[in-house]
Amino acid sequence: MTKRDVMIYTRYERFWHWSQAVLIFTLFFTGLRIHDLHPWLKFGQAVTLHTYAAYALMGLWVFTTFWNFTTGQWRQYLFKKGIFKVIRFYAWGILVGEPHPYKKTLQRKQNALQSLAYMTFMVVIGPALWLTGIAYLFYNEWAGADWSGDALWVIAVSHTMAAFAMGTFVIIHIYMTTTGKTPLHYVKTMITGYDKVELSEVEEAYLAETKSVEMR
Amino acid sequence: MKRFFPFMGRWLLALALAIWLPGLAQASSTADHSKFESLKGPFASAPEVTKACLACHTEASHQVMKSIHWTWDFTNPDTGKRLGKPRTMNSFCGSPLSNEPRCTSCHAGYGWTDARQQPEPVQENVDCLVCHDRSGGYKKVATDAGHPLYEPRVMGGKSVMPPDLAKAAQSVADPGRDNCGACHFNGGGGDGVKHGDLDTSLVKPSRQLDVHMAADGANMTCATCHTFNDHIPSGSRYDTTAKDPHGLDLPKDDHNRATCESCHGDTPHKQAKLNDHTDRVACQTCHIPEFARGGVATKTWWDWSTAGRKDADGKAVFIKDDHGHLSYSAEKGDFQYGENVRPTYYWYNGVTEQVNVGDKFDDSQILRLNKLHGDSKDPKARIWPFKEMRGKQPYDPELKTLVVNHVFGKDDAAFWGNYDYAKSIKFGMDYAGLPWSGKIGFIETRMTWPITHMVAPKEDALKCGQCHTKDENGRLAQLPGFYMPGRDSIRWLDFVGLLALGGALAGVVVHGLARIVMNRKTRHD
Repeated sequence: MTKRDVMIYTRYERFWHWSQAVLIFTLFFTGLRIHDLHPWLKFGQAVTLHTYAAYALMGLWVFTTFWNFTTGQWRQYLFKKGIFKVIRFYAWGILVGEPHPYKKTLQRKQNALQSLAYMTFMVVIGPALWLTGIAYLFYNEWAGADWSGDALWVIAVSHTMAAFAMGTFVIIHIYMTTTGKTPLHYVKTMITGYDKVELSEVEEAYLAETKSVEMR
Repeated sequence: MKRFFPFMGRWLLALALAIWLPGLAQASSTADHSKFESLKGPFASAPEVTKACLACHTEASHQVMKSIHWTWDFTNPDTGKRLGKPRTMNSFCGSPLSNEPRCTSCHAGYGWTDARQQPEPVQENVDCLVCHDRSGGYKKVATDAGHPLYEPRVMGGKSVMPPDLAKAAQSVADPGRDNCGACHFNGGGGDGVKHGDLDTSLVKPSRQLDVHMAADGANMTCATCHTFNDHIPSGSRYDTTAKDPHGLDLPKDDHNRATCESCHGDTPHKQAKLNDHTDRVACQTCHIPEFARGGVATKTWWDWSTAGRKDADGKAVFIKDDHGHLSYSAEKGDFQYGENVRPTYYWYNGVTEQVNVGDKFDDSQILRLNKLHGDSKDPKARIWPFKEMRGKQPYDPELKTLVVNHVFGKDDAAFWGNYDYAKSIKFGMDYAGLPWSGKIGFIETRMTWPITHMVAPKEDALKCGQCHTKDENGRLAQLPGFYMPGRDSIRWLDFVGLLALGGALAGVVVHGLARIVMNRKTRHD
């Protein structure tokens, strides 16, 4: 077993991650303005930005869903055992210098807690936002219905709730990036794509031969 | 799916303007009325002018006699109720009954001295000149049941000359803003008093005041929008088109351009999000941010209950405010005025319930003289801007009806002379033939006047954030019942959401500090 610098986040994954980050920040900031929780934009500007960013993010998600399934990367997000060990680590072990209970490998980039968090992000918070968002965006197409007044309340409130959940996720997510080897280690990894991963000899030889994953 | 054809509206608007405006600007006619022998006069009276007009325009008087300008009689198609000035009450002067020669000075005819009956159908009594005089000299005198002066008369200490009827007759053309304004700008007894969005500043408005009627704007007249068909005007406050599903009038013209949609359609904005508003928000709501913007104040409060005060010498009291407006008049009571007034907003589907003079009402609350129909659940209703007129009016506290007050006349019962409500109301009620208990009370009233004129240039329209705000001073803060982004939220849910965000922030800060404090090797790969 040797440790090698391996490209674990491909160019598309990094593009996906960072463009999604920018869009989510934009959406959260403009969304709070639309909800009249801060004054740092005009309402009309906030709506316009929010709308464009929403379309962009939905486009990005369509591509990413396609990418996740064609590359098989979607399996990374499946439920893994050992989640309580990970939770225990972040709650206590990390403070007293215990080793992380999880070993990152090429086939398992995420620990159990990460998988669960990202899965929740992708199948609960995300869809709650875009489903209500699309309904909201096209309000005028169903405004004529008898139930539209009540439905708008439900949609708007659900959208707001999901947005708060997203905001909470992002805060914790950003903090978690500081728990690496150095506080900026994970951020660097997400920028360069490379991280040190333990490879078996067979894996190393295979990657070196096929160049299916970049390694340095 | 009109949102996918945003250019359609602009194209049709351009076409419409190309067709209509040149005709208006040139006002060219195949007849030069100054060359007609029959119009050279001299005319001893205004009906003689009408007779000359009718010699060629054989159907004109018959057409006018069918219009509300002549009949003052209208049956509301929505409520089935018979309306019109002789019976429908407003919160200004009250009733024209028993005050005819004064109030019927704005009748489109001559000599209607008894408004209890329809004006007599005498052809020559139709007033052509009040609408068609373009000499600017013709004027109906305020007290002569629609006639102009025929002899010089001393009024307000000044000698006033009668108009040159021959000159007026030879000047006739399509009505200008000043023609309609002669009556409509002065409703309620003076300039700008009644409507708030109609006053003499609209004779020559700036572009800022009225983008359509300004000479450097579209230079339209009233009739450009209030299309006349056989002398019948379109557009009505009794029966309002609160939402025009017909939309653009071209290529198929409904001969009624008295809605914004007639020319602008219902998707007039470049931005789809703005067009999304037009089904629920009237154009006027955003595009007339304030009314009475032309420098003429409009009356906002009229309290008849204080009228009749005399000073120690027994002289009637009149007090003017700093702007030269009467703030108190012994003839009429206390007044308040407003300029650049922010409208009051209500849902409105165009159906209005008016109060007629004999109608019973509940006097335990403020009386609404015209109840607006429509709410957020009514697909035909939109949010409209209104001038909300407030005041107090005499009523019969036993029969619970409004009363006819005889204010004008040379007799000793007229309020504007004897200042005695008991006498003037008895006279008025007897004249109208209505029951009266003999008691007089004063009831506070409200009357809502749809604001639709004084459309500002688009750069002065309301901004999104003036409605979409949690500010309790927001434009629509008083209009609940529907979800509006920026204004509405479930407070406790926002609280929980912010608590989650704050909790997460606090949590990571504490966790981070703990990591630093513990100061151990915490890194891993």
